Amino acid sequence: MLCQECQERPASVHFTKVMNGQKTEVHLCDSCAQDKGEAFMSDDSAFSFNNLLAGLLNVSPVMQPSQPQKPEREPVKCSHCQMTFQQFLKIGKFGCPSCYESFRDELPPILKRLHSGNTTHHGKLPERQGGTIHLKRKVTELRAELKSLIEEEEFERAATVRDQIRVMEKEIHGEGGSPS
Amino acid sequence: MSLEKFLNQAVSSWMNEEGPSSEIVLSTRIRLARNHRKYAFPTVFTKEEARAVAEEVSAAVHKADERLEVLKMEELQGLEKRVLVEKHLISPNLAEDSGASAVWLSDDEEISIMVNEEDHLRIQCLFPGLQLKEALSKALQLDDAIEQHCDYAFDEHLGYLTTCPTNVGTGLRASVMMHLPGLMMTHQMNRIIPAIGQFGLVARGIYGEGSEALGNIFQISNQTTLGKSEEDIVEDLQRVVDQIIAQEKSAREALVKASGIQLEDRVFRSYGTLRYSRVLESKEAAKCLSDVRLGIDLGFIENVSRSILNELMILTQPGFLQQYAGGFLRPVERDMRRASLIRERLEMEEKKDKGGSEI
Repeated sequence: MLCQECQERPASVHFTKVMNGQKTEVHLCDSCAQDKGEAFMSDDSAFSFNNLLAGLLNVSPVMQPSQPQKPEREPVKCSHCQMTFQQFLKIGKFGCPSCYESFRDELPPILKRLHSGNTTHHGKLPERQGGTIHLKRKVTELRAELKSLIEEEEFERAATVRDQIRVMEKEIHGEGGSPS
Repeated sequence: MSLEKFLNQAVSSWMNEEGPSSEIVLSTRIRLARNHRKYAFPTVFTKEEARAVAEEVSAAVHKADERLEVLKMEELQGLEKRVLVEKHLISPNLAEDSGASAVWLSDDEEISIMVNEEDHLRIQCLFPGLQLKEALSKALQLDDAIEQHCDYAFDEHLGYLTTCPTNVGTGLRASVMMHLPGLMMTHQMNRIIPAIGQFGLVARGIYGEGSEALGNIFQISNQTTLGKSEEDIVEDLQRVVDQIIAQEKSAREALVKASGIQLEDRVFRSYGTLRYSRVLESKEAAKCLSDVRLGIDLGFIENVSRSILNELMILTQPGFLQQYAGGFLRPVERDMRRASLIRERLEMEEKKDKGGSEI
Protein backbone atom coordinates (compact mmCIF):
# COMPACT_ATOMS: atom_id res chain seq x y z
CA MET A 1 0.00 0.00 0.00
CA LEU A 2 1.28 3.46 -0.92
CA CYS A 3 1.50 6.34 1.53
CA GLN A 4 -1.68 8.41 1.18
CA GLU A 5 0.23 11.64 1.67
CA CYS A 6 3.10 11.47 -0.85
CA GLN A 7 1.71 8.62 -3.00
CA GLU A 8 5.34 7.58 -3.47
CA ARG A 9 6.75 5.44 -0.69
CA PRO A 10 5.14 2.37 0.86
CA ALA A 11 2.98 3.10 3.89
CA SER A 12 4.56 1.88 7.12
CA VAL A 13 2.48 3.67 9.75
CA HIS A 14 -1.17 2.69 9.98
CA PHE A 15 -3.77 3.87 12.40
CA THR A 16 -7.45 4.56 12.82
CA LYS A 17 -8.72 7.94 13.85
CA VAL A 18 -12.16 8.49 15.32
CA MET A 19 -13.52 11.99 14.82
CA ASN A 20 -17.08 12.86 15.78
CA GLY A 21 -17.91 9.20 15.70
CA GLN A 22 -16.49 8.78 12.15
CA LYS A 23 -13.67 6.32 11.66
CA THR A 24 -10.87 7.09 9.21
CA GLU A 25 -8.01 4.78 8.30
CA VAL A 26 -4.68 6.58 7.92
CA HIS A 27 -1.70 5.07 6.10
CA LEU A 28 1.57 6.97 5.93
CA CYS A 29 5.24 6.33 5.14
CA ASP A 30 7.86 7.04 7.84
CA SER A 31 8.82 10.38 6.36
CA CYS A 32 5.29 11.78 6.01
CA ALA A 33 4.33 10.36 9.40
CA GLN A 34 7.18 12.33 10.88
CA ASP A 35 6.21 15.45 8.97
CA LYS A 36 2.65 15.08 10.13
CA GLY A 37 3.87 14.10 13.57
CA GLU A 38 2.96 17.33 15.21
CA ALA A 39 -0.40 17.37 13.56
CA PHE A 40 -1.29 13.97 14.92
CA MET A 41 0.42 14.04 18.23
CA SER A 42 -0.19 17.46 19.70
CA ASP A 43 -1.95 17.51 23.05
CA ASP A 44 -5.34 18.22 21.53
CA SER A 45 -5.16 15.32 19.13
CA ALA A 46 -7.35 12.26 19.13
CA PHE A 47 -4.44 10.04 18.14
CA SER A 48 -4.15 7.13 20.59
CA PHE A 49 -5.58 9.42 23.22
CA ASN A 50 -8.89 7.61 23.38
CA ASN A 51 -7.14 4.33 24.04
CA LEU A 52 -5.04 5.96 26.68
CA LEU A 53 -8.03 7.55 28.34
CA ALA A 54 -10.07 4.38 28.13
CA GLY A 55 -7.16 2.69 29.90
CA LEU A 56 -7.25 5.29 32.62
CA LEU A 57 -10.98 4.90 32.97
CA ASN A 58 -10.16 1.25 33.49
CA VAL A 59 -11.78 -0.19 30.38
CA SER A 60 -8.88 -0.61 28.01
CA PRO A 61 -10.24 -1.58 24.58
CA VAL A 62 -7.80 -4.50 24.37
CA MET A 63 -8.88 -5.73 27.77
CA GLN A 64 -12.64 -5.49 27.40
CA PRO A 65 -14.12 -7.88 29.91
CA SER A 66 -15.53 -10.97 28.22
CA GLN A 67 -18.59 -10.98 30.45
CA PRO A 68 -20.68 -7.85 30.72
CA GLN A 69 -20.10 -6.03 34.00
CA LYS A 70 -22.91 -5.95 36.52
CA PRO A 71 -25.47 -7.52 34.20
CA GLU A 72 -28.19 -7.13 36.79
CA ARG A 73 -28.18 -3.32 36.47
CA GLU A 74 -29.96 -1.27 33.85
CA PRO A 75 -27.36 0.48 31.71
CA VAL A 76 -26.96 4.10 32.83
CA LYS A 77 -28.04 6.41 30.03
CA CYS A 78 -27.97 10.18 29.56
CA SER A 79 -31.53 11.44 29.68
CA HIS A 80 -30.80 14.13 27.11
CA CYS A 81 -28.45 12.78 24.42
CA GLN A 82 -29.05 9.06 25.13
CA MET A 83 -25.34 8.26 25.43
CA THR A 84 -24.80 5.25 27.68
CA PHE A 85 -22.14 5.15 30.37
CA GLN A 86 -20.46 2.27 28.53
CA GLN A 87 -20.27 4.39 25.38
CA PHE A 88 -18.72 7.20 27.37
CA LEU A 89 -16.11 4.84 28.77
CA LYS A 90 -15.33 3.58 25.31
CA ILE A 91 -14.76 6.95 23.64
CA GLY A 92 -13.70 8.87 26.74
CA LYS A 93 -15.93 11.80 25.84
CA PHE A 94 -19.35 13.00 26.96
CA GLY A 95 -22.22 13.60 24.56
CA CYS A 96 -23.73 16.70 26.14
CA PRO A 97 -23.68 18.79 29.33
CA SER A 98 -26.48 16.62 30.82
CA CYS A 99 -24.23 13.53 30.72
CA TYR A 100 -22.45 14.93 33.78
CA GLU A 101 -25.76 14.89 35.67
CA SER A 102 -26.86 11.50 34.32
CA PHE A 103 -23.52 9.82 35.17
CA ARG A 104 -23.01 11.77 38.39
CA ASP A 105 -22.82 8.69 40.62
CA GLU A 106 -20.24 7.00 38.44
CA LEU A 107 -17.95 10.00 37.93
CA PRO A 108 -16.06 10.59 41.22
CA PRO A 109 -13.56 7.71 40.86
CA ILE A 110 -12.87 8.69 37.24
CA LEU A 111 -12.38 12.36 38.05
CA LYS A 112 -10.15 11.45 41.00
CA ARG A 113 -7.94 9.40 38.73
CA LEU A 114 -7.70 12.12 36.09
CA HIS A 115 -7.30 15.09 38.42
CA SER A 116 -4.91 13.96 41.14
CA GLY A 117 -7.68 13.06 43.57
CA ASN A 118 -9.80 16.18 43.02
CA THR A 119 -13.51 16.11 42.26
CA THR A 120 -14.62 19.69 42.93
CA HIS A 121 -14.18 22.90 40.98
CA HIS A 122 -12.37 25.64 42.86
CA GLY A 123 -11.86 27.99 39.94
CA LYS A 124 -13.67 30.80 38.27
CA LEU A 125 -17.46 31.19 38.17
CA PRO A 126 -19.24 32.58 35.14
CA GLU A 127 -19.81 36.26 35.85
CA ARG A 128 -23.36 36.61 34.56
CA GLN A 129 -24.69 33.08 35.17
CA GLY A 130 -22.80 32.58 38.42
CA GLY A 131 -25.73 34.16 40.33
CA THR A 132 -26.30 32.47 43.66
CA ILE A 133 -23.16 30.33 43.30
CA HIS A 134 -21.07 33.45 43.93
CA LEU A 135 -23.10 34.07 47.09
CA LYS A 136 -22.87 30.44 48.22
CA ARG A 137 -19.09 30.57 47.91
CA LYS A 138 -18.97 33.79 49.86
CA VAL A 139 -21.17 32.26 52.59
CA THR A 140 -18.79 29.28 52.87
CA GLU A 141 -15.86 31.67 53.25
CA LEU A 142 -17.72 33.74 55.84
CA ARG A 143 -18.70 30.65 57.84
CA ALA A 144 -15.03 29.71 58.13
CA GLU A 145 -14.27 33.26 59.23
CA LEU A 146 -17.13 33.13 61.75
CA LYS A 147 -15.77 29.92 63.23
CA SER A 148 -12.31 31.30 63.77
CA LEU A 149 -13.69 34.57 65.20
CA ILE A 150 -15.69 32.58 67.76
CA GLU A 151 -12.63 30.54 68.64
CA GLU A 152 -10.71 33.77 69.16
CA GLU A 153 -13.63 35.10 71.26
CA GLU A 154 -14.03 38.10 68.95
CA PHE A 155 -17.79 38.07 69.53
CA GLU A 156 -18.58 41.53 68.26
CA ARG A 157 -16.97 40.95 64.90
CA ALA A 158 -18.48 37.47 64.84
CA ALA A 159 -21.94 38.98 65.19
CA THR A 160 -21.33 41.26 62.21
CA VAL A 161 -20.21 38.31 60.10
CA ARG A 162 -23.21 36.26 61.23
CA ASP A 163 -25.54 39.06 60.12
CA GLN A 164 -23.78 39.22 56.76
CA ILE A 165 -24.29 35.47 56.35
CA ARG A 166 -27.99 35.83 57.19
CA VAL A 167 -28.49 38.52 54.58
CA MET A 168 -26.74 36.45 51.92
CA GLU A 169 -28.64 33.32 52.80
CA LYS A 170 -31.90 35.21 52.46
CA GLU A 171 -30.80 36.26 49.02
CA ILE A 172 -29.83 32.70 48.08
CA HIS A 173 -33.13 31.20 49.21
CA GLY A 174 -35.19 34.08 47.89
CA GLU A 175 -36.57 36.79 50.17
CA GLY A 176 -39.17 34.56 51.78
CA GLY A 177 -36.84 31.59 52.29
CA SER A 178 -35.68 30.37 55.65
CA PRO A 179 -32.14 31.43 56.44
CA SER A 180 -31.41 28.36 58.59
CA MET B 1 6.79 35.54 -3.73
CA SER B 2 9.94 37.00 -2.19
CA LEU B 3 11.03 35.55 1.11
CA GLU B 4 10.71 38.89 2.84
CA LYS B 5 7.12 39.34 1.74
CA PHE B 6 6.35 35.73 2.65
CA LEU B 7 7.87 36.22 6.10
CA ASN B 8 5.81 39.33 6.70
CA GLN B 9 2.67 37.33 6.07
CA ALA B 10 3.76 34.15 7.79
CA VAL B 11 5.27 35.22 11.08
CA SER B 12 2.85 35.93 13.93
CA SER B 13 3.86 38.42 16.59
CA TRP B 14 4.32 35.68 19.20
CA MET B 15 6.99 34.12 16.99
CA ASN B 16 9.22 37.09 16.38
CA GLU B 17 8.89 39.32 19.41
CA GLU B 18 11.20 38.80 22.29
CA GLY B 19 9.28 38.16 25.49
CA PRO B 20 10.42 37.70 29.10
CA SER B 21 12.94 34.83 29.53
CA SER B 22 12.88 34.41 25.76
CA GLU B 23 16.36 32.89 25.74
CA ILE B 24 14.73 29.71 27.05
CA VAL B 25 10.95 30.16 26.80
CA LEU B 26 9.71 30.48 23.22
CA SER B 27 6.03 31.03 23.90
CA THR B 28 3.20 30.85 26.41
CA ARG B 29 -0.26 29.54 25.59
CA ILE B 30 -3.45 29.69 27.62
CA ARG B 31 -6.49 27.76 26.47
CA LEU B 32 -10.00 27.76 27.98
CA ALA B 33 -12.56 25.14 26.92
CA ARG B 34 -16.19 26.30 27.03
CA ASN B 35 -19.53 24.94 25.84
CA HIS B 36 -23.02 26.25 25.23
CA ARG B 37 -25.47 24.98 27.81
CA LYS B 38 -28.22 24.21 25.32
CA TYR B 39 -26.45 22.01 22.77
CA ALA B 40 -24.92 18.55 22.55
CA PHE B 41 -21.13 18.42 22.42
CA PRO B 42 -19.36 18.01 19.06
CA THR B 43 -18.94 14.28 19.85
CA VAL B 44 -22.56 13.60 18.96
CA PHE B 45 -24.22 16.76 17.66
CA THR B 46 -26.04 16.70 14.33
CA LYS B 47 -25.06 18.91 11.39
CA GLU B 48 -28.02 21.18 12.12
CA GLU B 49 -27.00 21.50 15.75
CA ALA B 50 -23.41 22.19 14.68
CA ARG B 51 -24.63 25.07 12.51
CA ALA B 52 -26.82 26.44 15.30
CA VAL B 53 -23.91 26.28 17.78
CA ALA B 54 -21.58 27.95 15.28
CA GLU B 55 -24.07 30.75 14.69
CA GLU B 56 -24.85 31.33 18.32
CA VAL B 57 -21.33 31.16 19.77
CA SER B 58 -19.84 33.06 16.83
CA ALA B 59 -22.30 35.89 17.42
CA ALA B 60 -21.22 35.97 21.08
CA VAL B 61 -17.52 36.03 20.11
CA HIS B 62 -18.12 38.84 17.65
CA LYS B 63 -20.00 40.91 20.22
CA ALA B 64 -17.27 40.26 22.78
CA ASP B 65 -14.52 41.63 20.55
CA GLU B 66 -15.47 43.22 17.27
CA ARG B 67 -11.87 43.34 16.08
CA LEU B 68 -11.67 39.55 15.74
CA GLU B 69 -12.05 38.13 12.25
CA VAL B 70 -13.48 34.77 11.34
CA LEU B 71 -12.16 32.04 9.04
CA LYS B 72 -14.64 29.28 8.28
CA MET B 73 -13.07 25.85 7.86
CA GLU B 74 -15.37 24.84 5.01
CA GLU B 75 -14.18 27.83 3.00
CA LEU B 76 -10.45 27.09 3.40
CA GLN B 77 -8.22 24.94 1.20
CA GLY B 78 -6.35 22.00 2.74
CA LEU B 79 -3.03 23.78 2.55
CA GLU B 80 -4.37 26.96 4.17
CA LYS B 81 -5.70 24.93 7.09
CA ARG B 82 -2.38 23.13 7.40
CA VAL B 83 -0.56 26.44 7.66
CA LEU B 84 -2.92 27.53 10.46
CA VAL B 85 -2.14 24.27 12.28
CA GLU B 86 1.58 24.79 11.88
CA LYS B 87 1.22 28.31 13.30
CA HIS B 88 -0.56 26.74 16.31
CA LEU B 89 -3.64 28.89 15.59
CA ILE B 90 -5.95 25.92 15.10
CA SER B 91 -5.72 22.27 16.10
CA PRO B 92 -5.43 19.41 13.61
CA ASN B 93 -8.92 18.33 14.75
CA LEU B 94 -10.46 21.60 13.68
CA ALA B 95 -8.67 21.48 10.34
CA GLU B 96 -10.14 18.07 9.56
CA ASP B 97 -13.72 18.92 10.31
CA SER B 98 -15.33 20.82 7.49
CA GLY B 99 -18.81 21.12 9.00
CA ALA B 100 -19.56 24.44 10.72
CA SER B 101 -16.15 24.85 12.33
CA ALA B 102 -14.39 28.17 12.39
CA VAL B 103 -11.64 30.17 14.01
CA TRP B 104 -11.75 33.80 15.15
CA LEU B 105 -8.39 35.52 15.01
CA SER B 106 -7.00 38.81 16.21
CA ASP B 107 -4.91 40.83 13.81
CA ASP B 108 -1.64 40.00 15.59
CA GLU B 109 -2.73 36.34 15.97
CA GLU B 110 -2.27 36.50 19.72
CA ILE B 111 -5.92 35.51 20.16
CA SER B 112 -7.47 32.55 18.41
CA ILE B 113 -10.91 31.22 19.28
CA MET B 114 -11.90 27.90 17.78
CA VAL B 115 -15.58 27.14 17.25
CA ASN B 116 -16.79 23.52 17.21
CA GLU B 117 -13.49 21.87 17.95
CA GLU B 118 -13.71 19.18 20.65
CA ASP B 119 -15.67 21.79 22.62
CA HIS B 120 -17.99 24.47 21.26
CA LEU B 121 -15.41 27.12 22.13
CA ARG B 122 -11.70 27.02 22.69
CA ILE B 123 -10.37 30.42 23.69
CA GLN B 124 -6.64 30.58 23.13
CA CYS B 125 -4.06 33.30 23.84
CA LEU B 126 -0.51 32.94 22.58
CA PHE B 127 2.22 35.26 23.90
CA PRO B 128 5.95 35.40 23.18
CA GLY B 129 8.30 34.34 25.98
CA LEU B 130 7.13 33.53 29.50
CA GLN B 131 3.94 35.51 30.18
CA LEU B 132 1.61 33.15 32.00
CA LYS B 133 -0.20 35.73 34.11
CA GLU B 134 -0.61 38.15 31.22
CA ALA B 135 -1.95 35.45 28.90
CA LEU B 136 -4.32 34.12 31.59
CA SER B 137 -5.71 37.54 32.33
CA LYS B 138 -6.28 38.21 28.63
CA ALA B 139 -8.04 34.85 28.19
CA LEU B 140 -10.25 35.35 31.26
CA GLN B 141 -11.18 38.83 30.11
CA LEU B 142 -12.27 37.45 26.74
CA ASP B 143 -14.11 34.62 28.48
CA ASP B 144 -16.09 37.12 30.60
CA ALA B 145 -16.94 39.18 27.54
CA ILE B 146 -18.17 36.12 25.60
CA GLU B 147 -20.15 34.86 28.58
CA GLN B 148 -22.18 38.07 28.53
CA HIS B 149 -23.74 36.83 25.29
CA CYS B 150 -23.56 33.03 25.63
CA ASP B 151 -25.01 30.68 28.25
CA TYR B 152 -22.15 28.41 29.26
CA ALA B 153 -22.55 24.83 30.42
CA PHE B 154 -21.52 25.21 34.06
CA ASP B 155 -22.08 23.14 37.17
CA GLU B 156 -21.75 24.47 40.69
CA HIS B 157 -19.56 21.55 41.82
CA LEU B 158 -17.85 20.45 38.60
CA GLY B 159 -17.23 23.85 37.04
CA TYR B 160 -17.18 24.36 33.28
CA LEU B 161 -18.54 21.22 31.62
CA THR B 162 -16.35 19.98 28.77
CA THR B 163 -16.56 17.19 26.22
CA CYS B 164 -13.57 15.39 27.69
CA PRO B 165 -13.43 14.69 31.44
CA THR B 166 -9.75 15.69 31.40
CA ASN B 167 -10.74 19.35 30.90
CA VAL B 168 -13.72 19.70 33.25
CA GLY B 169 -13.51 22.33 36.00
CA THR B 170 -11.48 25.29 34.84
CA GLY B 171 -11.22 24.06 31.23
CA LEU B 172 -7.77 25.60 31.42
CA ARG B 173 -4.67 24.32 29.73
CA ALA B 174 -1.66 26.54 30.37
CA SER B 175 1.48 25.64 28.48
CA VAL B 176 4.93 26.96 28.05
CA MET B 177 7.18 26.03 25.14
CA MET B 178 10.78 25.71 26.28
CA HIS B 179 14.07 25.24 24.44
CA LEU B 180 16.17 22.97 26.66
CA PRO B 181 19.36 21.90 24.86
CA GLY B 182 21.48 22.14 28.03
CA LEU B 183 19.25 19.77 29.99
CA MET B 184 19.10 17.37 27.04
CA MET B 185 22.87 17.35 26.49
CA THR B 186 23.48 16.75 30.18
CA HIS B 187 20.81 13.98 30.19
CA GLN B 188 18.72 15.65 32.88
CA MET B 189 15.34 15.70 31.13
CA ASN B 190 14.77 12.02 31.95
CA ARG B 191 14.89 13.00 35.58
CA ILE B 192 12.85 16.18 35.26
CA ILE B 193 9.91 14.80 33.27
CA PRO B 194 8.74 12.29 35.91
CA ALA B 195 9.45 14.80 38.71
CA ILE B 196 7.13 17.48 37.34
CA GLY B 197 4.40 14.85 36.96
CA GLN B 198 4.08 14.89 40.73
CA PHE B 199 2.85 18.48 40.55
CA GLY B 200 0.03 17.71 38.16
CA LEU B 201 2.13 18.97 35.25
CA VAL B 202 3.34 17.23 32.14
CA ALA B 203 6.27 17.74 29.73
CA ARG B 204 6.03 16.71 26.10
CA GLY B 205 8.25 17.08 23.09
CA ILE B 206 6.24 19.28 20.74
CA TYR B 207 6.68 16.81 17.92
CA GLY B 208 5.49 13.71 19.75
CA GLU B 209 4.79 12.37 23.16
CA GLY B 210 7.36 10.44 25.10
CA SER B 211 10.03 10.13 22.47
CA GLU B 212 12.99 12.41 21.98
CA ALA B 213 11.94 16.02 21.55
CA LEU B 214 12.82 17.34 18.12
CA GLY B 215 14.87 20.50 18.34
CA ASN B 216 15.09 20.10 22.14
CA ILE B 217 11.73 21.84 22.45
CA PHE B 218 9.40 20.81 25.24
CA GLN B 219 5.92 21.90 26.12
CA ILE B 220 5.25 22.01 29.85
CA SER B 221 1.59 22.19 30.79
CA ASN B 222 -0.92 21.50 33.55
CA GLN B 223 -2.64 18.15 33.45
CA THR B 224 -5.31 18.59 36.08
CA THR B 225 -8.14 21.09 35.71
CA LEU B 226 -10.18 20.30 38.83
CA GLY B 227 -9.51 21.22 42.43
CA LYS B 228 -7.35 24.28 41.82
CA SER B 229 -8.18 27.82 40.77
CA GLU B 230 -6.90 29.17 37.45
CA GLU B 231 -4.46 31.42 39.30
CA ASP B 232 -3.10 28.52 41.36
CA ILE B 233 -2.67 26.32 38.27
CA VAL B 234 -0.71 29.08 36.54
CA GLU B 235 1.33 29.85 39.65
CA ASP B 236 2.33 26.21 40.08
CA LEU B 237 3.35 26.04 36.43
CA GLN B 238 5.28 29.30 36.75
CA ARG B 239 7.23 27.97 39.75
CA VAL B 240 8.21 24.78 37.96
CA VAL B 241 9.12 26.64 34.77
CA ASP B 242 11.29 29.08 36.79
CA GLN B 243 13.09 26.08 38.27
CA ILE B 244 13.63 24.52 34.85
CA ILE B 245 14.96 27.84 33.49
CA ALA B 246 17.46 28.01 36.37
CA GLN B 247 18.55 24.41 35.77
CA GLU B 248 18.86 24.94 32.02
CA LYS B 249 21.03 28.01 32.64
CA SER B 250 23.34 26.15 34.98
CA ALA B 251 23.54 23.18 32.57
CA ARG B 252 24.60 25.61 29.81
CA GLU B 253 27.22 27.18 32.06
CA ALA B 254 28.56 23.75 33.01
CA LEU B 255 28.72 22.73 29.34
CA VAL B 256 30.62 25.86 28.36
CA LYS B 257 33.04 25.35 31.25
CA ALA B 258 33.61 21.66 30.64
CA SER B 259 33.64 21.54 26.87
CA GLY B 260 33.34 25.04 25.49
CA ILE B 261 35.30 24.46 22.30
CA GLN B 262 33.42 21.25 21.47
CA LEU B 263 30.15 23.07 22.01
CA GLU B 264 31.26 25.98 19.83
CA ASP B 265 32.37 23.51 17.17
CA ARG B 266 28.99 21.78 17.27
CA VAL B 267 27.18 25.12 16.98
CA PHE B 268 29.20 26.27 13.97
CA ARG B 269 28.96 22.89 12.24
CA SER B 270 25.20 23.14 12.56
CA TYR B 271 25.30 26.71 11.32
CA GLY B 272 27.34 25.50 8.34
CA THR B 273 24.81 22.76 7.64
CA LEU B 274 21.93 25.22 7.68
CA ARG B 275 23.82 27.83 5.69
CA TYR B 276 25.05 25.56 2.89
CA SER B 277 22.94 22.35 2.70
CA ARG B 278 20.98 21.59 -0.44
CA VAL B 279 18.79 18.85 1.07
CA LEU B 280 17.59 19.00 4.69
CA GLU B 281 15.24 16.57 6.42
CA SER B 282 13.02 18.03 9.12
CA LYS B 283 14.78 16.14 11.93
CA GLU B 284 18.24 17.37 10.95
CA ALA B 285 16.95 20.90 10.43
CA ALA B 286 15.40 20.88 13.91
CA LYS B 287 18.63 19.66 15.50
CA CYS B 288 20.76 22.26 13.70
CA LEU B 289 18.31 25.08 14.44
CA SER B 290 18.44 24.15 18.12
CA ASP B 291 22.27 24.24 18.08
CA VAL B 292 22.30 27.61 16.32
CA ARG B 293 19.80 29.04 18.73
CA LEU B 294 21.99 27.86 21.63
CA GLY B 295 24.98 29.42 19.85
CA ILE B 296 23.12 32.74 19.69
CA ASP B 297 22.18 32.52 23.38
CA LEU B 298 25.78 31.77 24.36
CA GLY B 299 27.15 34.60 22.24
CA PHE B 300 29.01 32.36 19.75
CA ILE B 301 26.87 33.63 16.88
CA GLU B 302 26.14 37.34 16.80
CA ASN B 303 24.67 38.15 13.44
CA VAL B 304 21.49 36.07 13.67
CA SER B 305 18.37 37.16 15.57
CA ARG B 306 17.20 34.89 18.35
CA SER B 307 13.68 34.55 17.03
CA ILE B 308 15.04 32.67 14.02
CA LEU B 309 14.48 29.30 15.69
CA ASN B 310 10.78 29.96 16.42
CA GLU B 311 10.35 31.28 12.95
CA LEU B 312 12.19 28.59 11.02
CA MET B 313 10.78 25.69 13.08
CA ILE B 314 7.37 26.85 11.88
CA LEU B 315 8.30 27.92 8.35
CA THR B 316 10.02 24.65 7.48
CA GLN B 317 6.91 22.56 8.23
CA PRO B 318 5.37 20.91 5.15
CA GLY B 319 2.37 23.27 4.96
CA PHE B 320 4.48 26.41 4.91
CA LEU B 321 7.04 24.96 2.51
CA GLN B 322 4.26 24.14 0.08
CA GLN B 323 2.59 27.50 0.52
CA TYR B 324 5.89 29.23 -0.20
CA ALA B 325 6.45 26.99 -3.22
CA GLY B 326 2.89 27.67 -4.37
CA GLY B 327 1.80 24.04 -4.67
CA PHE B 328 2.16 20.39 -3.69
CA LEU B 329 5.70 19.12 -3.02
CA ARG B 330 6.94 15.53 -2.82
CA PRO B 331 8.96 14.75 0.35
CA VAL B 332 12.32 15.02 -1.42
CA GLU B 333 11.28 18.34 -2.93
CA ARG B 334 10.27 19.52 0.54
CA ASP B 335 13.73 18.63 1.86
CA MET B 336 15.27 20.69 -0.96
CA ARG B 337 12.88 23.59 -0.36
CA ARG B 338 13.54 23.43 3.38
CA ALA B 339 17.28 23.71 2.73
CA SER B 340 16.89 26.61 0.33
CA LEU B 341 14.43 28.51 2.55
CA ILE B 342 16.80 28.26 5.52
CA ARG B 343 19.77 29.30 3.31
CA GLU B 344 17.86 32.30 2.02
CA ARG B 345 16.73 33.27 5.50
CA LEU B 346 20.23 33.12 6.96
CA GLU B 347 21.57 35.04 3.98
CA MET B 348 19.00 37.74 4.74
CA GLU B 349 20.32 37.93 8.31
CA GLU B 350 23.89 38.29 7.06
CA LYS B 351 22.91 41.09 4.68
CA LYS B 352 20.98 42.80 7.44
CA ASP B 353 24.06 42.60 9.64
CA LYS B 354 26.33 44.03 6.95
CA GLY B 355 23.79 46.70 6.09
CA GLY B 356 23.94 48.01 9.66
CA SER B 357 20.72 49.70 10.63
CA GLU B 358 18.55 48.04 7.97
CA ILE B 359 15.50 46.43 9.59
